[in-house]
Amino acid sequence: MTIEEIQNEIIDEFSMFDDWEERYQYMIDLGKTLPLIDDAHKTDDNIIKGCQSKVWVHANMNDDKVAFTADSDAIITKGIIAILIRAFSNQHPTAIIEANTDFIDKIGLKEHLSPTRANGLVSMIKQLKMYAIAYQTQLN
Amino acid sequence: MNTTHKHIAFNVDTIRKDFPILNREVNGKPLIYFDNAATSQTPQQVIDVIVDYYSNYNANIHRGVHALSQEATDAYEQARIKIQKHFNAKHAHEIIYTSGTTHGINLVANGFSSILKKEDEIIVSALEHHSNIVPWQMLCERTGASLKVIPMNTNGELILNEFDELLNENTKLVFVNHISNALGTINPIKYIIEKAHAVNAAVLVDGAQSCPHIRPDVQALDVDFYVCSAHKICGPTGVGMLYGKEEWLKKLPPYQGGGEMIAEVSFEKTTYADLPHKFEAGTPNVCGGIAFGAALDYMNAIGFDVIASYENKLLVYATEQMLQIDDLKIYGTAKEKTSVISFNVGNIHPYDIGTILDKMGIAVRTGHHCAQPIMDFYQIPGTIRASFMFYNTKEEIDTFITALKKAVMMLS
Repeated sequence: MTIEEIQNEIIDEFSMFDDWEERYQYMIDLGKTLPLIDDAHKTDDNIIKGCQSKVWVHANMNDDKVAFTADSDAIITKGIIAILIRAFSNQHPTAIIEANTDFIDKIGLKEHLSPTRANGLVSMIKQLKMYAIAYQTQLN
Repeated sequence: MNTTHKHIAFNVDTIRKDFPILNREVNGKPLIYFDNAATSQTPQQVIDVIVDYYSNYNANIHRGVHALSQEATDAYEQARIKIQKHFNAKHAHEIIYTSGTTHGINLVANGFSSILKKEDEIIVSALEHHSNIVPWQMLCERTGASLKVIPMNTNGELILNEFDELLNENTKLVFVNHISNALGTINPIKYIIEKAHAVNAAVLVDGAQSCPHIRPDVQALDVDFYVCSAHKICGPTGVGMLYGKEEWLKKLPPYQGGGEMIAEVSFEKTTYADLPHKFEAGTPNVCGGIAFGAALDYMNAIGFDVIASYENKLLVYATEQMLQIDDLKIYGTAKEKTSVISFNVGNIHPYDIGTILDKMGIAVRTGHHCAQPIMDFYQIPGTIRASFMFYNTKEEIDTFITALKKAVMMLS
């Protein structure tokens, strides 16, 4: 599936929820259940320091596709990471570089990607794209 | 100047009508504002003063010959006198307008850089806000002086006998906050000042968190410097004050060069203006200064005794209710504390609880509260901090407790 198709699928899933509580509960559950990153990669080098919650990101490339793993010490942040990873992981670097994150707004979680929100997510997305740019250079 | 204020009978419903912002909704719920230790809300009486200033007499002050400039200068200097009376300073020129607490601290730190020598020592407390640590570290780097720290116990109280032992003839400065922003501890500043003076050290007290709750008497305390911000005391942001004893302010060099702070200028030599203008370079925050005075008028009309007693009731009630929640731990359990509750629930990240509370219209602060050394002491990433002012209510605390339980349920 393309990034856009996955994003539309996530929007469909979230459209089933009636209110913020159900949306957040779903995100919290996603955050709890998904093993996101290998402990070996939870190093200081891979940490993105938000003011409040820590975010770790690791990337590698197989068959011209970039795979991401990530984690956070805050569970809501972790839930959003799970959604972002689902959309961006195992995609071609060019697709990742060109992808936008508007779908976060459409599923009612816009505030978490506000640059003023001190949760490390904005820096995380920047980091995902930086990895994609780096891997694309390797392909050229 | 009339300093006796007629206290109005305290009725929180009436008080709340003074604060337009308390009528708004957040995420479809009535706002419950428990982030008062970060900034307080502004009553209509102060908002009116700001509107009146810009509608009727906005002008640059001092030196102006025209009517508007005179009116603005008079109002600004009247406000300085209100601040002087409020803190019971001996002279109005001992009150220096600043942009806020941080500015005041930096002004004093900068002044001391020309006084301190290599063997000198500065003492700060373990309860300090970053703004009260970094300037002193920079000062020590510049002068070669060394920095000592008064440790705290697990209740969040300073260990005074360790402080006594840190004092010696090389101690030149002691810096301590009156009340800790992260834990709400009220520090025994009278004791600290007396002990510091016994070795001829000066004392700067950071009053950012105390001024909303108590009315310090700088002469009775015999404090050398006292700083605070207007925005924590129902005033606007971007303005504050530094109180300094006249003898100290005369001794310290100016902080910034510019207009207003000079007496005579030639290319050979500039002589500095008298106090307080020596420290007030450039066009000041005129409106802010006037509104600061209005905010003190507003608070004094209610009365700080009345405020402190009501806020203490909120603190006691909220503490009792919160401790009934499983795994809830309060950080900062000093015997003397103000209406600030810093806490965590189990292993839940403070950011997660803060996010869910916000969805329910409740504003709290989460994180390290610019006091990382305190968080390191407790070995936690941060806390959730609920802080109350006199316009908060018992009913709001009940709603907060219900919301907190719901957040914990969702996140557990």
